[in-house]
Amino acid sequence: MSEVILYSVVTAVFVGISAGYLGSLMVLEKMALVGDALSHVALPGLAIGIIFNFDPLIGAFAFLFISAIVIWHLQRVTKISFEALVGAMFTFALATGILLMGDDLEALEEALFGDITQVTAMHVGAAVIISIGAILLTRVLYKKVVLAMISEDLAISKGINVAKTNLLYLFLVSLVVAIGIQIVGTLLVGFLVIVPAIAARNLSTNMHRYVMLSAVFGLAAAVSGVLLASYFGQPPGPVVVFTGITIFAVTVLVNWRKKYTT
Amino acid sequence: MVDANGYILKVSNIGVNLQNQTLLDHVSFSVKKGTTMAILGPNGAGKTVLLRTLLNLLPHTGSIEWTEKVKIGYVPQYVTVSDVPMSVKEFLSIGKGNYIEALDSVRLTDKSILNKRLGVLSGGQLRRVLIAWALTDRPNVLLLDEPTTGVDMDSEEPIYLMLNDIKKTQKITILLITHNIHIVQEYADDLLALNKCVTYCGPSSEIGKPNIQKQIYGETVCVETQKGE
Repeated sequence: MSEVILYSVVTAVFVGISAGYLGSLMVLEKMALVGDALSHVALPGLAIGIIFNFDPLIGAFAFLFISAIVIWHLQRVTKISFEALVGAMFTFALATGILLMGDDLEALEEALFGDITQVTAMHVGAAVIISIGAILLTRVLYKKVVLAMISEDLAISKGINVAKTNLLYLFLVSLVVAIGIQIVGTLLVGFLVIVPAIAARNLSTNMHRYVMLSAVFGLAAAVSGVLLASYFGQPPGPVVVFTGITIFAVTVLVNWRKKYTT
Repeated sequence: MVDANGYILKVSNIGVNLQNQTLLDHVSFSVKKGTTMAILGPNGAGKTVLLRTLLNLLPHTGSIEWTEKVKIGYVPQYVTVSDVPMSVKEFLSIGKGNYIEALDSVRLTDKSILNKRLGVLSGGQLRRVLIAWALTDRPNVLLLDEPTTGVDMDSEEPIYLMLNDIKKTQKITILLITHNIHIVQEYADDLLALNKCVTYCGPSSEIGKPNIQKQIYGETVCVETQKGE
């Protein structure tokens, strides 16, 4: 196995697990499209990195962080739903990113669909540390977010600061999305946050199973997608989407079979 | 001290204004330890607003004085559980206390319910689980916002009987919102009738008196009916 593929697979393992784990909460919160749209917000950051010749991932991190704060603040002030705000923000960011990239179509394609040949040892290290950190912190937040979802009043009455918890969670999703961009690109990274979770829901009657399955499906989709992409010489993003959708389709069939045989 | 005369809560002149609308106006009342106070009033009277204000969830004027070391258990009227793949056991584990004991208190003795998803419970089971959740932290006050929401009529009374037992055995003070006069008469010691301001505050047994009903519901309106109807 070449060094590039090894780096990509290791990154895919951690991105897959963390995106699946964090995504399980995103889907429950009915914020699935928020995770998807957030990923597009990284595009102007990537573009600025390419234009000014620094690591585009740093630009992506910066843009995601700023967007998370702006969206969170606007939601609190205007009471408009997260999805609507992120929808507005992501189209604006996508337009800005495309304009900034100008006619550099190759860089635009890499940013949109991922490029495993660009993954370095530093990126792998960042993916491992960020994934582990994001999973551990989300583990602490998990019950609080779920309780707030069941009833915000109930959560606040238990002393949970729901607004701060949501902001921290958005930050963590931004981090995972940023490291996922390397593998699947800005256009498709949202997929890794949504599809493993909805596949896991098809087979879960309790939270523990749901969260674990979501992480496992994220891992399976990301790793098999990266390996198949390198084998067939395709961009990894679309292949990861295909492997993930296959997993989802299997869970739909299993669920359907269970319903009609019991 | 609030509890010097056996009171667990004293509310003085509270007002709540949100978005230029008065939701509560000059509301004052007291609640004695170990009693049940029913809160009654038409839709939009501010009943839920009052409970949320008592939990310090809303900005308000006036003062709310709880006794020292008060521990409040709260059951909201609406919860979102249908989309959550969470078992009863996982939900109850979010609390810190002994959930088996709490389940016994709400008379859910068949422990197979622990592995059921919250979303598949009947209305009555869900209400009991929510009350059990509120009990896991061993509160000394329960605030219940229409505790029989989503429960069929036959199952309502057993829930109030159960709450009455919890009040007696665990010495808990209960404040509950209801629309049912029968429940007020049978299970509450005191009644607070609201219509943004307090329209009645006193013993619940008085609710049968025409002058008190007039005070709560306004002037009696008579309708003409044909003979034999």
